[in-house]
Amino acid sequence: MEYLYFPGCTLYTKAKNFDQTARDCSLLLGFELKELPNWTCCGATFPLATDNIMALLPPSRILAKAREEGTTLTTLCAICFNVIKRTNRLIQNDGEKRDKINNFIEMNYQGDLRILHYLEIMKQEIGFSQIKEKVKKPLAGLKAAAYYGCMLLRPFDEMGFDDKERPTLLEEFLEAMGAEPVDFPYKIECCGSFQSVGSPEVATECSYKILSSAIKNGAEVVVSTCPMCTFNIDHKQSDIKEKYLSFKPIPVLYFTQILGMAMGLDYQTLGFEQNFVDPLPLLKEKGFV
Amino acid sequence: MKNNGRFIKRAMVIGGGIAGISASIDIGNAGYEVVLVEKLPSIGGRMLQLSETFPTLDCAQCTLTPKTVETGQHPHIKLLTYSEVDQVEGKAGDFTVRVRRKAAYVDWEKCTGCGLCQEKCPSKKPSEFDRSMGLGKAIYTLSPQAVPNKPVINPSNCRYFLEKKCRVCEKVCPVGAIDYEQQDRFVEEKVGAIISAVGFDLLPMETFGEYGYGAVPDVIDGLAFERLNSASGPTTGAIQRPSDGKIPKEVVFIQCTGSRDPERYKPYCSRVCCMYTAKHARLYKHKVHDGQVYIFYMDIRSTGKGYEEFIQQGIEEEGILYLRGRVSRIFRDDGRIVIWGVDTLTGKKVEVSADMVVLATAIIPQGEAKELAQRLGIYTDEHGFFTEAERKLRPVETNREGIYLAGCAQGPKDIADAVAHANGAASKVQALFAKN
Repeated sequence: MEYLYFPGCTLYTKAKNFDQTARDCSLLLGFELKELPNWTCCGATFPLATDNIMALLPPSRILAKAREEGTTLTTLCAICFNVIKRTNRLIQNDGEKRDKINNFIEMNYQGDLRILHYLEIMKQEIGFSQIKEKVKKPLAGLKAAAYYGCMLLRPFDEMGFDDKERPTLLEEFLEAMGAEPVDFPYKIECCGSFQSVGSPEVATECSYKILSSAIKNGAEVVVSTCPMCTFNIDHKQSDIKEKYLSFKPIPVLYFTQILGMAMGLDYQTLGFEQNFVDPLPLLKEKGFV
Repeated sequence: MKNNGRFIKRAMVIGGGIAGISASIDIGNAGYEVVLVEKLPSIGGRMLQLSETFPTLDCAQCTLTPKTVETGQHPHIKLLTYSEVDQVEGKAGDFTVRVRRKAAYVDWEKCTGCGLCQEKCPSKKPSEFDRSMGLGKAIYTLSPQAVPNKPVINPSNCRYFLEKKCRVCEKVCPVGAIDYEQQDRFVEEKVGAIISAVGFDLLPMETFGEYGYGAVPDVIDGLAFERLNSASGPTTGAIQRPSDGKIPKEVVFIQCTGSRDPERYKPYCSRVCCMYTAKHARLYKHKVHDGQVYIFYMDIRSTGKGYEEFIQQGIEEEGILYLRGRVSRIFRDDGRIVIWGVDTLTGKKVEVSADMVVLATAIIPQGEAKELAQRLGIYTDEHGFFTEAERKLRPVETNREGIYLAGCAQGPKDIADAVAHANGAASKVQALFAKN
């Protein structure tokens, strides 16, 4: 099985570990990620203004090019996924905008691609029970807090990813990995997103609340699906520590790194050196690496 | 009951809540016979679940019980409780209604209402009537003053029906009234007019993801609070939160939960929540003097007689804190409930940590209202409420002659309005009978 794959900019830079582990694991799960040729930036935000056609052009071009290559497109970054899925939906449903966009990009795309997140491939196309059978090293006893952020879930009507208030997909995934999901009330709260550029203290505060809630509920590790969230809740832990002296750092892992560990990949290929809070002491203590 | 082509001057009222009771008494007092059909084992309806009523704060049961007793003893009212309308045929003046009398597993002819069976029944399950605030027995009446005071067995809670053992009620019954073999049976009633007064339900708390899908402990709905506050309720009126029985010191009330929310839930105003929330807050303060109440509201709609004064008194004399804004999330943290909302008057985000939360959930029609409407041949609106013949000028009539509406089945109403509506329906029936 082959899925067209749009990595997005961050997965080539700050989140290489996300990209690499996803590619490696897909082969073990029985499918291949076929990277789109000549892909460009997704645009990084879905426009809020209804007449902002310009902002829709980059994702539309990606979609149109992808359609020439195949029928199903997958992504990992929650922001790319959000922008691409919503643009695709808009092209499907809004004939007037579809014509305008197609005129701009000088292509003819009708919105007939299937957009699936990597997690959706695992759940819908393969099935977590099947995946569970492929797990070589179950992560028994690892208390993991599934952190969704916002972009996978909202707006609910357009994303249709999972229950917007109480999603469970990541928890199902963690259970398949043999880990112990930890429920915590901040699992769908905003990480502060791009505020980390303009008002970093806002993002630090958001991240502090998310992480301390996860820790309070017994988490040893936080599982992320998004490079933006990871930047805020992992890399900003030094800022949190500066402000809240008693804060104890907690490792943040991409779900694909969890997957890689459970599928028995060599830990040295899982890119832990890119994680800001080093997860290795915990993982060694738990006997996973 | 032969009618020989004559107009049958006998009415059926479906639903034994305050609207159905009021209509029945009116028609009965006018000298016409009434058949009152109620799906529950006894009459009284939602009002029986209430503790006190606004704006007078008098006890709901104290005002209702004389009415239920009058209904039960009225020479012109025939009670068919634990019964549902199964089929309706005919036209005004000549309806034939088939009524399903549900198996009570108790022979009501023999039963004396001594209550021994309920006392000895070993099964204790969360009681639907008490909104799961307390436990109920498998053989039960809805209240000690139930009319009629005859119990029924709920097979889904009964050990005999589930495990084929127990039979305690049968053993203790001094008159041998227990009958596990009883079956539903059907009776036919001939009537000339029908009033449908089947009342309302509340939008289930499981609807609200942002409020934890009904799974956050100590987040309850308005009717549950009524049961907590009722002298006849599971705590005999003590305000104790369900999770641990502690007296909550900070309580948050959220109005318009599911009402006035066209994007996600119901677009309409449920009409009673502003008043009953103010009532809840005041009754709570009367019992927990050092308690603090926060009410999140959108607008305060207190348009009835004495209503605005009631709200003002709560704010000025009882220190109830109103916050204008909506609540975006509720979750449990460290044994308390965290409420995230907004105060739109200051434009600030608000976080309140409380011991208990009461949701004023939207009023919706009874689940079976649509089906009943089909049987009656009348219309329902897009929300499932019965449609009146004309919005302003014909509020109790329907598109079918001889079929009338009363109470919340037509749309949300408070008690005063429901009774007035029922009086209207009853007088329409009397006029119909008088002219034919």
